[in-house]
Amino acid sequence: MRFFLYLSICFMPFSLLAQVQITGKVTDNRGKPLTGASISLKDTYDGATTDSLGNFTFTSNEKGDHIVEATLIGYSTYTKSIVLNKNIVLSIQLKELITELNAITLTAGSFEASDKKKGAVLSALDIVTTASAEGDITGALKSLPGTQQVGEEGGLFVRGGTATESKIYIDGNLVNNFFYSSIPGIASRGRFNPFLFKGTIFSSGGYSALYGQALSSALILETTDLPDKTQASLGFSVIGLNSGIQKLAKNKKSSWGITYNFTHLGLAFAVIKQKQDYFKTPVYHEGDANFRIKTKNGGMIKYFGYWSTGKVGFRTNDIDSVNLNDAFRLQDLNTYQNLTWKLNAGNGWKITPGISFSTDKQNISNELQDKNDVLQTFTNPAGYNFKNFQVHTKNYYGQARILIEKRLKGMNMIRFGSDYFITHENLHYISLDSAAFEQTIHEKLYAAFAETDLYLSPRLALKLGSRAEHSAILNKWNLAPRLSLAYRIKNNSQASFAYGIFYQTPESQYQPATPGIGYAQATHYILQYQRSANGKIFRTEIFYKKYNHLYKTATTNFQTNYADNNKGTGYAQGLELFWRDKTTVKNLDYWISYSYLDTKRNFLNFPYTMQPNFAATHTASLIVKKFFLPWKTGLNLSYNFASGRPYYNLKYDYGQQKNIVEDAGTTINYNNVGLGVNYLPNLGKSNKKAFIVWVLSVSNVLGQKQVYTYKYGTINNNKEAVGPTAKRFVFIGCFLSFGVDRTEDAINNHL
Amino acid sequence: MKKVFLICLAASIMITANAQNEKFIAAIKTNIAAMDTAFKNPASFLTLTNNFERIGNAEKTQWLPYYYAALCQVNYGFMIGDMSKLDAIADRAEMYLNKADSLMPKNSEISCIRSLIATERMIVNPMQRYAEYGPVIKLNLETAKLEDANNPRPYYIEGENLKNTPENFGGGCAAAAELLKKAKEKFTTFKPASEISPNWGENRTNELIKECNL
Repeated sequence: MRFFLYLSICFMPFSLLAQVQITGKVTDNRGKPLTGASISLKDTYDGATTDSLGNFTFTSNEKGDHIVEATLIGYSTYTKSIVLNKNIVLSIQLKELITELNAITLTAGSFEASDKKKGAVLSALDIVTTASAEGDITGALKSLPGTQQVGEEGGLFVRGGTATESKIYIDGNLVNNFFYSSIPGIASRGRFNPFLFKGTIFSSGGYSALYGQALSSALILETTDLPDKTQASLGFSVIGLNSGIQKLAKNKKSSWGITYNFTHLGLAFAVIKQKQDYFKTPVYHEGDANFRIKTKNGGMIKYFGYWSTGKVGFRTNDIDSVNLNDAFRLQDLNTYQNLTWKLNAGNGWKITPGISFSTDKQNISNELQDKNDVLQTFTNPAGYNFKNFQVHTKNYYGQARILIEKRLKGMNMIRFGSDYFITHENLHYISLDSAAFEQTIHEKLYAAFAETDLYLSPRLALKLGSRAEHSAILNKWNLAPRLSLAYRIKNNSQASFAYGIFYQTPESQYQPATPGIGYAQATHYILQYQRSANGKIFRTEIFYKKYNHLYKTATTNFQTNYADNNKGTGYAQGLELFWRDKTTVKNLDYWISYSYLDTKRNFLNFPYTMQPNFAATHTASLIVKKFFLPWKTGLNLSYNFASGRPYYNLKYDYGQQKNIVEDAGTTINYNNVGLGVNYLPNLGKSNKKAFIVWVLSVSNVLGQKQVYTYKYGTINNNKEAVGPTAKRFVFIGCFLSFGVDRTEDAINNHL
Repeated sequence: MKKVFLICLAASIMITANAQNEKFIAAIKTNIAAMDTAFKNPASFLTLTNNFERIGNAEKTQWLPYYYAALCQVNYGFMIGDMSKLDAIADRAEMYLNKADSLMPKNSEISCIRSLIATERMIVNPMQRYAEYGPVIKLNLETAKLEDANNPRPYYIEGENLKNTPENFGGGCAAAAELLKKAKEKFTTFKPASEISPNWGENRTNELIKECNL
């Protein structure tokens, strides 16, 4: 009997069959129900998942002391000790964590092109496939709001600013000669191949305290990391040849690469008649080299070097006379070296020292010639003597930079560091009558900066920064506060604000400046609304910029200008719209941008406050990209529009002893339709050794009349339209790459 | 009397242990069965993920609950169609898979799920991500084949990937035919290690073969 009693006890399950029910609701700290949260009775199978109202219910056969746990990705874990002896009702609140996945991105004033970053509006490939860009990074940026369609000179004209008010950085270091040497009446392109960069941040205002000396805009480029595989490339086109190799070490810890590029415009100019009469066909040799070494703890050493030399010579009709020509000649040599080391010091500390060094030498000459190309020397009337001259410039730029970053709790960050720039610019001017002058500018600019990213909640972020600079030439300090904040209104929409003060020293062409002169200054206020969902982005910005202390120039005996005082003022305000849609039509991607700009300035030799000649009131772009799978062909279309810009004939009136507007007008509207076609014949043939891309691009397809501005004679007040050097340009090229099967990239580019 | 008690105690522990094992198997089986109907409602995959996770956390030494948690999470990701959530889902699936992997290293089934996670990350933005994840997908499928030559799933997954690739890019039914046939052949001889070991994909393989008129 007893035995059976024992037996029955033995076989009685340890858990008694009395069930308890656990129910409850899970919400976030604002009472919003959370779906999909996992509730578990720790170390048992028992638990449940919350429904769409945040409710859960489950039963358990367990008894006694237990721990209930509630977890949901992106939220902190909730635990509570309970005693299971009766039914339990729980009200659970989970706190949202701030992670890279849910944190808001600060976007006011900036467009990002990146393949990895959240909040990027463009991808690296977009820059290359924008038809009007013609392979130039800054060309692609001209399809975004805030930029001007200026064709008569190179550079980025942003929100009423001049080209020199935009600065360009590679891996944090300033690039002084991003564009090819300027040639009168021709917009010089950016030197660097877009494929060198994996990330681009284009800020049309309100940029971070990490950068300075740009009143308008900062373009921040980040070079690529290690290549995926060793590869070689070869390209030929109507304008030249290029070849290169990128070698990845076996252990995939380091890589090196070199490329060489030869440009000869002889063939292209023979077919496409240019306005200028070239007696020296433009020829350029360029090379670049890089290495990248992964160091421990995810650090990386990056080197990028560039070298270029070119020659060009052409005649144009001299504006002051019908019978004479100007023969312009340019020979240049440019180098750029950039070395950075990103090292993780542990404990959330990251230190990035960097140095860069660049040189730029130019030999320029201009000769006044008759129609038989014979040198003409007039001294009467006055002014002709300035048309025969030589200019030799030798410029050296060095930079050392250190950036220290510390990651704090959550996504919060602090960054601080210092920049040191050395500029040495030497200019030697010789006129035909042997009058000569030489000038050397030696500048040392020191900057210290600090900023912090504060994530007050996943929906509210703040960037606070400040930058102090000291220029040796001005012998003055400045202090520039910067602020940017972003607030998420709903899941897909956010409002952002940016504010900042920006300083700049006089451009070298206006130096030496009057002693005691201070910094030019701009204050930006930017308000943005952005909504993005399902491959569509809408963004609008309004901005107001106030310029103080702009440089006013006066003229020297050599007809050169210098910064006389910084009493100039001005403003710029406007509205910008951007819409991109990648998903409504399959395989079709398009974006539209529109900018309204109201700006006036009194600076340089302006007699009074007026709309500058580089600022159009309305600017718009439409970019369309479509890939036709069966034809293995991508079609890219662009349309750029700008309303007519004002132009002026500004003269110094010796009688009145001041600058006057002798003549003024407005150009016709600017329209440019561009076309790009990419044909990938080996697409899908995965066993092919070489991947081939044929490229055709045509500018001004419709042959519309384009006038950028007008120039005036210095002697006769003759007026002449400045437009493109040919009605349209056609580019045909073929690019091959070996080693990496780019087909797979291409497939998935267009899936 | 003492003896009887000890015998009873020993028997009881054995029975409890056995009951525990039975309970584990039963729990896994119930949730695997629920996966078949979960395809009608993506949210139920989330519930199943949580169920498997609880079993895994309670058992501590079993790799299968975490394996199935990862699989449910991957399926959930494929079904919701919201690209903006896929990265977080893939992260979570990877977290479970790493736990499974630490309990059962070098397993062919785990390598299969790794390739699916990479596929999921890739489809968030194929244009920009293929270069990074394409090789990961491929590598894990090849690893899965090496780890268990009899496992039909790497062939089935590779076949389905290829079938979904446009013909212009070397994909489509014709290109996938050989792999799908091979998968089908391997499914006919495949014997799962236990009644709760991975044994899925055969129906889908047959469906694909039918869709392709093979």
